Amino acid sequence: MNQYQLIKLAKRVGLYALIAVVMVYAIFPFYYAVITSLKPSSELFRVDFWLSSLDFGNYVQIFTQKSFVRAIFNSILISFSVVIIALLLGITASYALGRVRFRGRTTVMLTILGVSMFPQVAVLSGLFEVIRALNLYNNPGGLILSYTIFTLPFTVWVLTTFMRQLPMELEEAAIMDGATPWVTITKVFLPLMWPAMATTGLLAFIAAWNEFLFALTFTLTDDQRTVPVAIALISGGSQHELPWGPIMAASVTVTVPLVVLVMIFQRRIVSGLTAGAVKG
Amino acid sequence: MSTPATDPTPQAVHAAVPSPQTGYRGTKVRRQRVRAAWTFLAPMLVALALVAGWPLLRTFYFSLTDASLSDTAGAALIGFENYLVYDDGAWYGLLTDTVWWNSVWNTVYFSVVSVSLEVVFGIIVALLLNAEFKGRMLVRAAVLIPWAIPTIVSAKMWAWMLNDQFGIINHMLMALGLIDAPLAWTADADLSMWAVIMVDVWKTIPFVALLVLAALQMLPKDCYEAAEVDGIHPVKVFFRVTLPLITPALLVAVIFRLLDALRVFDVIYVLTSNSTSTMTMSIYARQQLVEFQDVGYGSAASTMLFLIIALAVVIYLYLGRRQLGVDQ
Repeated sequence: MNQYQLIKLAKRVGLYALIAVVMVYAIFPFYYAVITSLKPSSELFRVDFWLSSLDFGNYVQIFTQKSFVRAIFNSILISFSVVIIALLLGITASYALGRVRFRGRTTVMLTILGVSMFPQVAVLSGLFEVIRALNLYNNPGGLILSYTIFTLPFTVWVLTTFMRQLPMELEEAAIMDGATPWVTITKVFLPLMWPAMATTGLLAFIAAWNEFLFALTFTLTDDQRTVPVAIALISGGSQHELPWGPIMAASVTVTVPLVVLVMIFQRRIVSGLTAGAVKG
Repeated sequence: MSTPATDPTPQAVHAAVPSPQTGYRGTKVRRQRVRAAWTFLAPMLVALALVAGWPLLRTFYFSLTDASLSDTAGAALIGFENYLVYDDGAWYGLLTDTVWWNSVWNTVYFSVVSVSLEVVFGIIVALLLNAEFKGRMLVRAAVLIPWAIPTIVSAKMWAWMLNDQFGIINHMLMALGLIDAPLAWTADADLSMWAVIMVDVWKTIPFVALLVLAALQMLPKDCYEAAEVDGIHPVKVFFRVTLPLITPALLVAVIFRLLDALRVFDVIYVLTSNSTSTMTMSIYARQQLVEFQDVGYGSAASTMLFLIIALAVVIYLYLGRRQLGVDQ
């Protein structure tokens, strides 16, 4: 083996070592939460790097708690509703913004971009009033409504970029055949937009599933909470006696679906994120 | 978009409207399309007005009143008293509140430090993921995991790892001999900001890395071949070739992250709650609004936060307008 090959080998080893470090850094907190959640409370305060026991007591405890099960149900209901509303409004709006040239289009695009950068706190008091006026306080409806503030601009923005990339000939053919814009959307674009809609829907779902500030502020009782709020509010006897086992079990429970989604749809998520930022 | 063969618009109108796409203007199809466009936009615009536009205006209005959370309707206008008022020989109001200015400073500090770290590590991770190796797709998916984990959950996971008595991080640091006694990461005023930054950096490196990776994959190969033939050191190639080429993508990532960091709420709320050493503008405003029920004063803080972020957005739009492709 000559020197050149040796350097090449060393570089290869170095690369894999770095990759291993990055992998451990990315995964370890989640891994540690999983092994903590599988410990009985008596062993909780001994530090272990490996799975030392397989005790499902923490999971039994959180799933027999009615308010936690209810929170999962609320989160699912809210996230799916938010995705459906965002896609429905987003697909028609993105047709208008991506395929039709009209005066004021740039203004609308800039407005959408501006709204997507709103700090949530800035609308908190105003939105609180709107939600109370609509009688949606402490109700999933209030959260579904308020979540459109961050899912809708994003969905419209990304779908518009995808819509723009579709060839014009498709639409020209539809226009020549006398199709109305509505028919053009449903019959020509919708079948082609499924991949883009899956991507944006997925990202909107994750955003809604993870939201905290509105969920914390616009709900009051345990049975109306979403999962992030439920986890944040799990408490023990005092500030220093948090029940870490159940907290980790709950954390793992709400994260596993997301991790699975990310693993399966990794390419889609990446293309959606970069379309939103780079190409957008 | 159109073939001008069927375009009945006279030449004079073309001259008056200097858009390249005036071909349809005046035709039936064109009018129908524009009408349809506005019809399609209407529901979205109404929704945004309801959840964003109107509430924002109400927040501005509340900031000029003495509204309280239990009675927002009966609020009386008090001018700029929430911001600044001279009363009995002393100045009062948000602009004289040291806790507010402390939270402004905390926010800026948090944003600058965490975004800088994210950019540096994001670039490193992106360069790694751009290299050729076996199992690249798997590693890429694994790196995405922190991004997908809810902020609340990642804050809780780290709170457990950073636990002062039983946390694994203190355990590891002590085993390595770096510290003698366990550190109170989230309670110690000097450390808690770093604990928060650590969690935020962990969670958002993937986002920056992905944006940078997307830019790296679009780079022309021939520059690198030329550099290799000339025997230029890879580090020099990175700073002279790669970095300038990925700067546009990097700027986009930085602005997105910076705007997110300036409004940070959940990670801090869970890790250190209302502790003044990590209190940010969002935490301060929500505390005034919800916990102290002082909608007027809290709205004034929210308005200030909005103005600060709006300023950042305006600078961003001014600098990056072409890149965003709005005027494509």
